[in-house]
Amino acid sequence: MSDPPRPRIAIITFPGSNDDRDAALALERLGADATLVWHAESELPDVAAVVLPGGFSYGDYLRCGAIARFAAVMGAVRRFADEGGLVLGICNGFQVLCEAGLLPGALRPNASLSFVCRDVALHVEQVDTPFTSHAQPGQELTIPVKHGEGCYVADAELLARLEANGQIVLRYGANPNGSVRAIAGVANETKNVFGLMPHPEHAVDPLLGSTDGALILGSLVDSARERLLTAA
Amino acid sequence: MRATILVRPKPGILDPQGEAVQSSLQQLGFHVDEARVGRVIDLELDDGDESVARAELERACEQLLANPLIESYEIALES
Repeated sequence: MSDPPRPRIAIITFPGSNDDRDAALALERLGADATLVWHAESELPDVAAVVLPGGFSYGDYLRCGAIARFAAVMGAVRRFADEGGLVLGICNGFQVLCEAGLLPGALRPNASLSFVCRDVALHVEQVDTPFTSHAQPGQELTIPVKHGEGCYVADAELLARLEANGQIVLRYGANPNGSVRAIAGVANETKNVFGLMPHPEHAVDPLLGSTDGALILGSLVDSARERLLTAA
Repeated sequence: MRATILVRPKPGILDPQGEAVQSSLQQLGFHVDEARVGRVIDLELDDGDESVARAELERACEQLLANPLIESYEIALES
């Protein structure tokens, strides 16, 4: 039997991104072909999914993600998402997606004002998304966070909508940053765009203490592969 | 023309910087009930019609200088 096809996944590199190569390595090991795409490109290559990686795009000037949102490539990412394409934002990528309006809500400085860098416990709230299909409902994951501005903010009306639509995909066990309702990751209404503050790409090898990140990135790779096969 | 834009965290939005500033002021003996920390952006503009400039600045605030979900803004213009 031939090997399953490897979906091609774009990882966007902004000036100041620093987890793009980690994301590429993790996705490659989980069965994808990762392609780094520079922020100044106005088109995406033919890919089955897009990842916005962690880092400090544009030095986090003004607000985290506020400037990256206007990068040339973001027009193409928006069109890709609008057509139902899979888009994952990790940490700074999550902040960029919120600033771009591709995900609801916003991220503010941690309530403690401290940069947090440690493993955190996460609860999987939704498994019917292309990003969590490998997880069990309620499963606890251990994945590291490393951020200074990960406090998720949404008003009461938006929170009610997120809860009702099942858009809150991950919650923290012990809340590391003051996020409202301990939200660690949210999806858009159609669940093809997902952002989270923890770093699944840093938890795919036992050497790093946890392989739980592979559940999230592996779900993405398999969802991307399914789309590839359906489209063929 | 010079524009000064004040960007503030909206009421009800957690402002840990403001809390840290308030507690530091308390420690120094200043009695402050609340502190909120925002941002000032000074812009130099070509001289022209003030109402046109104001409308442009509103757009700039909505699109980039403030995040309307969490921040409010005030625009002051001086010739």
